[in-house]
Amino acid sequence: MLDVINLSHTYGAGPQAHQALGGVNLHVAEGQLVSVVGPSGCGKSTLLRSIAGLVRPTGGRILIRGAQVDGVPDDLAVVFQDYSRSLFPWMSVGENVELPLQRRGLDRTARRAAAAEALDAVGLGNAAAKFPWELSGGMQQRVSIARALAYRPSLLLMDEPFGSVDAQTREDLEDLILAVRGHHRMTIVLITHDIDESVYVGDRVVALTKAPARVAGDLQVDLPGPRDQIATRELPGFVHLRAEIGRLVRGKHADLLPNLLPNRSVH
Amino acid sequence: MSTGMRMSARTSHAQPSRRSGPRLNARVTRALWKIGVVAAVVAMWEWRARAAENVYFPPPTAILARMREAWFSGPFTHAFLTDEAIANFPPSLGRMFGGWGLACLAGIVLGVALGRSDTLAAFVDPLIQFGRAVPPPTLIPIFLVLLKADTRVQLATIMYGVIWPVLINTIDGARYIDRLHDDTAQVFGLTRAQRLFRIILPAAAPKIFAGLRLSLALSLILIVVSELAGGSTNGIGYELLVAKSMYDLAGMWGVIVLLGLLGYLFNASFLLVERRVLAWHRKQSDPHTSER
Repeated sequence: MLDVINLSHTYGAGPQAHQALGGVNLHVAEGQLVSVVGPSGCGKSTLLRSIAGLVRPTGGRILIRGAQVDGVPDDLAVVFQDYSRSLFPWMSVGENVELPLQRRGLDRTARRAAAAEALDAVGLGNAAAKFPWELSGGMQQRVSIARALAYRPSLLLMDEPFGSVDAQTREDLEDLILAVRGHHRMTIVLITHDIDESVYVGDRVVALTKAPARVAGDLQVDLPGPRDQIATRELPGFVHLRAEIGRLVRGKHADLLPNLLPNRSVH
Repeated sequence: MSTGMRMSARTSHAQPSRRSGPRLNARVTRALWKIGVVAAVVAMWEWRARAAENVYFPPPTAILARMREAWFSGPFTHAFLTDEAIANFPPSLGRMFGGWGLACLAGIVLGVALGRSDTLAAFVDPLIQFGRAVPPPTLIPIFLVLLKADTRVQLATIMYGVIWPVLINTIDGARYIDRLHDDTAQVFGLTRAQRLFRIILPAAAPKIFAGLRLSLALSLILIVVSELAGGSTNGIGYELLVAKSMYDLAGMWGVIVLLGLLGYLFNASFLLVERRVLAWHRKQSDPHTSER
């Protein structure tokens, strides 16, 4: 489904240049939910923005179903961290969800129905007429998830989607993602800096090193489903994975250290 | 009424909403104060003017009587407007709103185009700065020569004068669109039309409206100036010329009062529309503040 081949990206040039990605390789199979986890400022967002076609990487290639990404791919949606700036405040919740559906060739009634269905799926069936700023942060993020769902992309990217909500809401939204992915056949790449979250929602966790980011480790999450916020998190397998990823992210693996050392001075 | 107020006062303790009883009372008090101040100033004016008995400064009652006689003593079927009012108000207001509307349209279209292209804006900026620095009344003689004495002179003067606030505000508003709005529009593949009408224009609307309001006030000034200096044979500015030639001081003051009232009315109506259209903007920036 998604292939990232030796992807590198450098912002700026000369002495001020900052290398965010230092050769990332990643293959995501159809229907998988991959968590990408890494320390803050490691280039996770650059990776996501490259896949989304919002950043033109300075090196390497990205293929979606074998086709090279050049500009924003058609069949892709993004849930951004900052829901309050990603939703349009001058449109109602329903209009926000409907807006991208026009190019899907749906007429007005079909768009409205699709939006209502998506809003229902995220538990906001009654909120279509409201404005985003009338809702709490967690509800606003649900709206942007609904917008992505209604769009029916084959690849959904989520950039720290739960980074700006409180802990309880965060757990609810994690479970929401797990619930909706069952209904919609989607491949999901979820970027997070939260190691627990990466294990809890992922079929697989890809850990990145500090900038310039490379893949530090790639682990299958073999936890029994359906997942549960309390029970899953106390499984020995969960605890073990979490510890292992924690070590990867912090760069405690001796064999990775040489890769981390150059360019450290930029920070 | 009083029960309603008491009820909303009680709910206001439970909710942070400020549409509450005490707040309503405060608003009524404020409104009364405003009216009181106006009444006091007019009363003072009346008293001083009568005491001075100066022909150049007739008392407000004399001015109002003259206004009534000239414009508002017509038949019921004409909404009490006299022939004089009917002959002079519509041409002025038509030119004013026509010029304002055309200038706003041009300003918004050009402004969006310039705001979305940094290169274009950079090249054109010196022209804009020069153009808006030219006082519009100084162009009236040129327009008179070019367009002959005719309604087109007034239209040209108004359009030239009021386009700048709209243009500059629209450029500014269209230029600074939130990057995440842009990213979202790109990711979801919004069409050019959707981006323009659903993203760029609404995002720029608060700035555009500020420009529209400024130019509305300017257009009232310019309609009078262009009628005074532009060889007009009707209109509110023309009325002022006629009153002057007849040494009709109450009539001259009447025109001034009328223009003040019209300006107040236009601004208040515009604010009403703006509040509706930009409700999202006001509430989003501060959900718990009611309008002042």
